[in-house]
Amino acid sequence: MATLVFVESAEGKIKKTSLEAVVYAAAIGGDVIAIALGTEVDDSELAGLGNYGAIKVLKVSDDRLNQGVIQAYANVLNQAMTSMGSDILVLANSSLGTPVSARVAIKQDASLVTNVTELPDTSNGFKVKRSIYTGKAFANVELTKARKVIAIKKNAAEIKEIGGSAAVEEFSPELTDSDFEVAITGVDKATGDILLPEAEIVVSGGRGLKGPENWGMIEDLAQELEAATGCSKPVSDIGWRPHHEHVGQTGVKVSPTLYIAVGISGAIQHLAGVNSSKYIVVVNKDEEAPFFKAADYGIAGDAFDVIPKLTEALKAAR
Amino acid sequence: MKLLVCITHVPDTTSKISFTDDDQKFDQTGVQFIIGPYDDYALARAVELKEQSGGSITVLNVGGSETEPTIRKALAIGADEAVRVNADPTDSLFVAKQIAEHAKDSGYDLILMGRESIDFNGGMVHGMVGEMLGIPSVSPVMTLDVDGDSVKMSREIEGGKEVVEAKMPLVAGCQEPIAEWKIPNMRGIMSARTKPLNVVEPVSDEVSSTLEKYELPPAKGAVKMIDADKVSELVD
Ligand SMILES: Cc1cc2nc3c(=O)[nH]c(=O)nc-3n(C[C@H](O)[C@H](O)[C@H](O)COP(=O)(O)OP(=O)(O)OC[C@H]3O[C@@H](n4cnc5c(N)ncnc54)[C@H](O)[C@@H]3O)c2cc1C
Ligand SMILES: Nc1ncnc2c1ncn2[C@@H]1O[C@H](COP(=O)(O)O)[C@@H](O)[C@H]1O
Repeated sequence: MATLVFVESAEGKIKKTSLEAVVYAAAIGGDVIAIALGTEVDDSELAGLGNYGAIKVLKVSDDRLNQGVIQAYANVLNQAMTSMGSDILVLANSSLGTPVSARVAIKQDASLVTNVTELPDTSNGFKVKRSIYTGKAFANVELTKARKVIAIKKNAAEIKEIGGSAAVEEFSPELTDSDFEVAITGVDKATGDILLPEAEIVVSGGRGLKGPENWGMIEDLAQELEAATGCSKPVSDIGWRPHHEHVGQTGVKVSPTLYIAVGISGAIQHLAGVNSSKYIVVVNKDEEAPFFKAADYGIAGDAFDVIPKLTEALKAAR
Repeated sequence: MKLLVCITHVPDTTSKISFTDDDQKFDQTGVQFIIGPYDDYALARAVELKEQSGGSITVLNVGGSETEPTIRKALAIGADEAVRVNADPTDSLFVAKQIAEHAKDSGYDLILMGRESIDFNGGMVHGMVGEMLGIPSVSPVMTLDVDGDSVKMSREIEGGKEVVEAKMPLVAGCQEPIAEWKIPNMRGIMSARTKPLNVVEPVSDEVSSTLEKYELPPAKGAVKMIDADKVSELVD
């Protein structure tokens, strides 16, 4: 039995969540075959997936796949599952992976589960734990179809390096123009920044920061910590920060090791996006702010005073 | 233009979540139910599109009779008619089958859904329906404009967005800022009472997963407060 893993990359590097997907697949048992679409990742990076448990990596060298066209991707993954005889496809939840997974599951007549948070229990059937109610609860579900498509959340598997390298092979699915009927005609993407859903540390600012001109200190702190920056919903609604930084129920859900919230009250809809963070630090001048109840560490103080001090302290500790 | 909007009936975003019956059932005690916030965006955009170029809006929900007040609210916001598939939505495959069955011969130009439901958070149903109907599915969609039979959308990706163009019919999973949520006015509420709400029975009982049990996250330990003058303690 072989498990197929769809891996995604950013700027030529395999994403960390995709490495977790490879580790997840390896933990299921059986051979792990990874597949990468497009021409933007070089062979040595792909072979490196062996270090995480893949024995083989399929690459689909087709320029048209450098853009994440949902239908075409689903078609490729469907053909790869069939041709490799894989019963299971594992991938990371992402803006591309999740919509693609749904279509593959229907093509394969497979059970589909997204937002999986832990390794499966295969002692009796195939059971997984998934996050529901926007992180406020979990459901343990049994996947009842013979084939399965599993989309995992960040941190569902702990990365282990086992050494070794994987054989890289070309895979040439049949694709027609109709697979590219939905055209991506423009991309507007911040480059170089640390991506919010992938980040190990996130520094987020809320309305307590008073205005966009005060984000400098957030960015300084983020830079010192090599963190991504986020914000609360009103902050992106008023346009102080771009929409893709908005964290919470209706925005990005993050699960970093450390989440630092500055001048955010801690409304339940904001908490919904951050409650799977490992540690939460809250800076708020109101010691009654609800966010403190969800925090591991709290500083009741004025952000304009605390944040520069914190950045200085970190610099000093370096 | 013929529009279908699929809506969920979900606990209000401020609800405290708990379970009963040996963690087999969601505890509805004291919970307010609303139209899923993302579905509300989809509906609001549908109303705007109808205002611009005419047509009709059907809303569909897969759920028991308790969802009817939520469906009526969607009618009050501006949908013309509603369909309720009379069944508990047990899993996303089951829901997708019901939606696809309703849509397959109905000639919808656009099927708008939320990017995800806020109870099961699958983000799965729109892609499944698109595949079942053999039409494109695009999600998460931040803006959507129609020009003839073409649709131009922006889709959120990690760290930014991309412009996506496709021909109708298609399925879109919507999120903000596609439109402002609409609040029903008095006239809407009055007319919603008499708009048709058709109840149909499910077409299949096929599922691909079964619930073992629900579970709540472990309680968070107490917060450790640090004096604002001693932030360096945090560094250690
Ligand atoms: C359906 C729905 C979905 C929603 N989804 C989201 C979502 O996804 N994400 C989200 O964030 N919100 C969401 N919201 C909005 C949410 O309810 C809150 O309104 C929002 O999170 C509040 O943002 P805030 O904490 O930045 O602002 P505020 O509530 O205004 O809080 C500002 C905080 O800053 C503190 N402060 C002020 N000055 C200082 C200072 N100098 N130093 C330190 N602290 C200071 C204040 O004490 C206060 O606690 C949603 C709401 C609804 C109804
Ligand atoms: N029971 C349901 N009835 C109608 N539409 C639904 C139902 N469940 C999900 N949907 C639609 O599918 C979208 C995605 O749901 P999900 O895959 O559960 O995250 C929702 O935002 C709705 O538009």
